[in-house]
Amino acid sequence: MLRDEDRVFRNLFGTEDWRLAGAKRRGIWDNTKALIERGRDGIVDEIKKSELRGRGGAGFPTGLKWSFMPKQSDGRPSYLVVNADESEPGTCKDRDMLRYDPHVLLEGCLVAGFAMGTTACYIYIRGEFYNEAVNLQIAIDEAYDAGLIGKNACGSGYDYQIYLHRGAGAYICGEETALLESLEGKKGQPRLKPPFPAAVGLYGCPTTVNNVESIAVTPTILRKGAAWWSALGRPKNTGTKVFCISGHVNKPCNVEEEMGIPLKQLIEKYAGGVRGGWDNLLAIIPGGASVPCLPKSICDTVLMDFDSLREVKSGLGTAAVIVMDKSTDIVAAIERLSHFYMHESCGQCTPCREGTGWMWRVMERMVRGDAEVAEIDALLDVTTEVEGHTICALGDAAAWPIQGLIRHFRPEMERRINERRGRQAAAAE
Amino acid sequence: MSASQSPGHVEPQSFTFTPENKAEADKLIARYPAGRQQSAVMGLLWLAQRQSGGWLPRAAMEHVAETLGMAPIRVYEVATFYTMYNLKPVGQHHIQLCRTTPCWLRGSDALRETCEKKLGIGLKEVTPDGKFSLIEVECLGACVNAPMLQINDDFYEDLDPKSLEALLDALARGEKPKVGSQIGRQGSAPEGGPTTLLNAGAKAGE
Repeated sequence: MLRDEDRVFRNLFGTEDWRLAGAKRRGIWDNTKALIERGRDGIVDEIKKSELRGRGGAGFPTGLKWSFMPKQSDGRPSYLVVNADESEPGTCKDRDMLRYDPHVLLEGCLVAGFAMGTTACYIYIRGEFYNEAVNLQIAIDEAYDAGLIGKNACGSGYDYQIYLHRGAGAYICGEETALLESLEGKKGQPRLKPPFPAAVGLYGCPTTVNNVESIAVTPTILRKGAAWWSALGRPKNTGTKVFCISGHVNKPCNVEEEMGIPLKQLIEKYAGGVRGGWDNLLAIIPGGASVPCLPKSICDTVLMDFDSLREVKSGLGTAAVIVMDKSTDIVAAIERLSHFYMHESCGQCTPCREGTGWMWRVMERMVRGDAEVAEIDALLDVTTEVEGHTICALGDAAAWPIQGLIRHFRPEMERRINERRGRQAAAAE
Repeated sequence: MSASQSPGHVEPQSFTFTPENKAEADKLIARYPAGRQQSAVMGLLWLAQRQSGGWLPRAAMEHVAETLGMAPIRVYEVATFYTMYNLKPVGQHHIQLCRTTPCWLRGSDALRETCEKKLGIGLKEVTPDGKFSLIEVECLGACVNAPMLQINDDFYEDLDPKSLEALLDALARGEKPKVGSQIGRQGSAPEGGPTTLLNAGAKAGE
């Protein structure tokens, strides 16, 4: 159980003042200059030692990612871009940081941006988060006025600019290269990699894109030490994590807990348990819409971290836990996600543009049982044709929920089809 | 851009930013390096949409293109790619109802029925008095406060048909209802109040 004193986000629920004065009371911007004085290598090494992994879904080691940025500038500027385009269904954690603790993020931008040798930072916030963007802009203005960012930031001798950029409604812009395209004023269509953004990113300059939470935890890790962070959780799955628990629980909520907390414990302790009790559980999507669902038998014991969830063929993703009790039409629940991916496909790659629509249309029939049993295998086959055959991971993300459904709930899909046929046969007699 | 214009959809002949919006546009453009003013297109389209009463006439897109030195087609591409740009007039209260799984699990279908019954319109329609319009959208990112919807800039969360009816009534009367949770929750904390961060305000690391 994580103690309150080990929590990074001390104003997650907005019970305290979110502006600069309140942030300072929580220890944010406390001698940030000393953190910068550790130097680029000092900061990157400490983050590497902490084993922090990216909080946006992929779980790539953050310190390692930072080390890909050029050590010496070739004359081009370089950028830190913060991905605040939070749109993964089930996920609403960055929102709380943006609206209730924006200075945690801004301090992280300065420190991480310095560690990567960047000249400026853009925070790309999803357009629908209008009020969150208002708060964040107020916080940015406060930080400039107080000399915390801008020229000679925090008295460190380092000049750093932070700018806000609002999106306008496109899930795909959470993909890092689509985000960069969007930031350049274009349609958000992902770029082929390589070149990777660390070599050719925003405006053709070296760029690192990090999730809000990854950046926001940085100053606290530096202050309290990599050893403190890595003592939380499990090896390679260290630290704290903000979990979003939605769906059929008694008390949906966000909570910052230790990585590796058992899923069952997370739900029972913080979210008031599954509606109707744990035995009324049908399935859980443990890491946002893109990861495969898990049946109750796995949920009984699985731990909430990157490696544990990968072992059961799912993923931690954004740690958005979507709970479904036995009243759920599981086929329809996944059909909704298929509709989501169809709607959000940017249309650039044929397998995704055509495949997401095809998969949704079949899923829509599967909900009614209006299909042949053999079509379940055809559907599974198509998911594997989309997966891995597109520029970005949206195609994969569209495939995995369906694969999870077929893996764990195939009998339910077959039952619907057979039942419908039975009804039709009876009607024909 | 839809070719067919629905009733009430009249494209204005011209558009220019008001002096206030021009100043705001200049501030947005200044956020990007010299020569990269195209980056401000999303922000300028947003300003243009606000100035036009919640939707983007073609003349406004062309004005944005001219302001930024972009080919109009590049601006149309952006305006048609992102869902928050409305290419047709919307109601004074533009309702965006979330339909993705976390909201659906907690009753978004019932909210849609409530909207349709109460307002007498279907999806993508505007009430005859121009007060309300309704669309369904994908995940808005407030999933632990589901079901929810967005009206103009604001999120209304933890809804049920009854509280939604009250919300729509209040808007129709010209009131400004309370934004956020409609059952009095504090942000994303569980119902009944936070069970963590009980000594919030203490410094991180103490």
